[in-house]
Order: sequence, then C-alpha cells, then structure tokens
Amino acid sequence: MADKPRIKLPKEAKKGEIIQIKTLVSHLMESGQRKDAQGKPIPRKIINKFACEFNGKPVFSCVLEPAISANPYIQFDAKIDEEGTFKFAWTDDDGSVVTAEEKIALKA
Amino acid sequence: MGAINRRQAFLLGGGFVALTVMPMAANAEPSNDAAELIKTFTGGKEAAKGKITLDLPEIAENGNTVPLALSVESPMTPDNYVKEVLFVADGNPNAGVATLMFTPMSGKAEASIRIRLAQTQNVIAIAKMSDGSLFTERKTVKVTIGGCGG
Repeated sequence: MADKPRIKLPKEAKKGEIIQIKTLVSHLMESGQRKDAQGKPIPRKIINKFACEFNGKPVFSCVLEPAISANPYIQFDAKIDEEGTFKFAWTDDDGSVVTAEEKIALKA
Repeated sequence: MGAINRRQAFLLGGGFVALTVMPMAANAEPSNDAAELIKTFTGGKEAAKGKITLDLPEIAENGNTVPLALSVESPMTPDNYVKEVLFVADGNPNAGVATLMFTPMSGKAEASIRIRLAQTQNVIAIAKMSDGSLFTERKTVKVTIGGCGG
C-alpha cells in the first residue's frame, strides 16, 4: 500500500497559464522479476495506473508497468482556465486506490 | 590412470567457463515483446520520425532509476493534440514501460518519469496524435548496473 503522496503545484495561476505538477508516492513497485533469499520469485505488486483530473475533467493519466522505478515520480503539466480542484488517484495491483486533492486559485 | 597434463587442464577449464557464460549471453539477447506491443499500439501503421524529444542519460550508472523526460511538439488544442505516448524498452524482461495519456487540458505534451532498465538497450517512444498520425523516437542507454532481477 502506498503512503501519503507528495504533490507540488502552485497555489495560484493566471488564466490560461500552464503550470507544472510534480507527484511522488512511496511504493516498492515490486517488479515480479526478483527472487527472495530462498530463490522463490517475489510476486509483482506495482501501482499500475495514475490519473489526474481538474474539476472533474481528465488532464493527464498513465498506465504504469513494472519498468517504473520504486517510489514512482510523475511530472506533467496542466493548463489553468478557471479556479478549481485537482484530484489525483494512484491504483495499486491489489485494487486499493490512494487519492489526493489540491486546490488552485486564479491570480487577479 | 594418466595424470592430466597442463594442456588438458586448460581445455577442461575453458570448457567449464564456456558452459557457465553461455546461458548468460543467451539471456542478454533482446527477446521480449517490444515489437508486439508497438504493433498493438500503432495497429501496424508506420510511425514517422520527428516531433518527439526524449531526454534520457547516455549512460545510466544505476538502472534502477533512470530519469526519462518526454516532450512532443503539438499545439495541444481540442482539435490537434497528443493523445497517447507509448514507451517500450527492448532489453527489459517485459518490454512495456508506460503509456501516458494527454488531453488538451494538459497544456503541453510534456512529462517526466523514472524507469528501470535491466541492461544496455533502446528506449522507444511512439506518440499517437488526435488525428491518428504517429511519430516515433528512440534512444540507446548504456546501463552499468541493471535495474531488474535480484
């Protein structure tokens, strides 16, 4: 299970501005390729999906494979036309979902 | 029973080395499903060179975490934007790396992730535009310490 995610984005932006969003979530991302001390394969357990939406509309998402490093870092952009709320969701192989929210305001 | 002379001892030793090295060499062959994944993504259509900038280190000392930055040239308007970008690594045990999905609300078709590379290999990106056109780019990364396996 992933820990509380870390998200970095500006608190406010001008209308039409493109902002950068950085996200990081703690997770082993067990690739399924490794073996334990007894030589038995360790089953795969990764975050296989990440999605970001703004005011309910999709902004960016991705499907992740075992080739993604531990503690997956994902950086992307978003165009701000109105104030609102970003919602982030990380989906684990075991079906659990970690979510987070961040608000952004419009600069006067 | 004759004693083994130096030449025979050398040959025996050589044979042993060859036996132990060969299976490893066989594993190092790019033998994953990279071509299959690309075909599924493109529907068999040819992807043109261009539009994509891939930022990957030429030499990755640690294959466990290799920074990968992508940028695709596109106005990112509702009628002309980058829809999806597929990444495959042709020398990993599984070729799939990630598929990134953009929308006009992304503003830019840019993203950064960190990936695992098991050995020296090519990382291939294929971008699918909203009009269905395809672009591709590849980069070779030399890996000093592999990022998969135990």
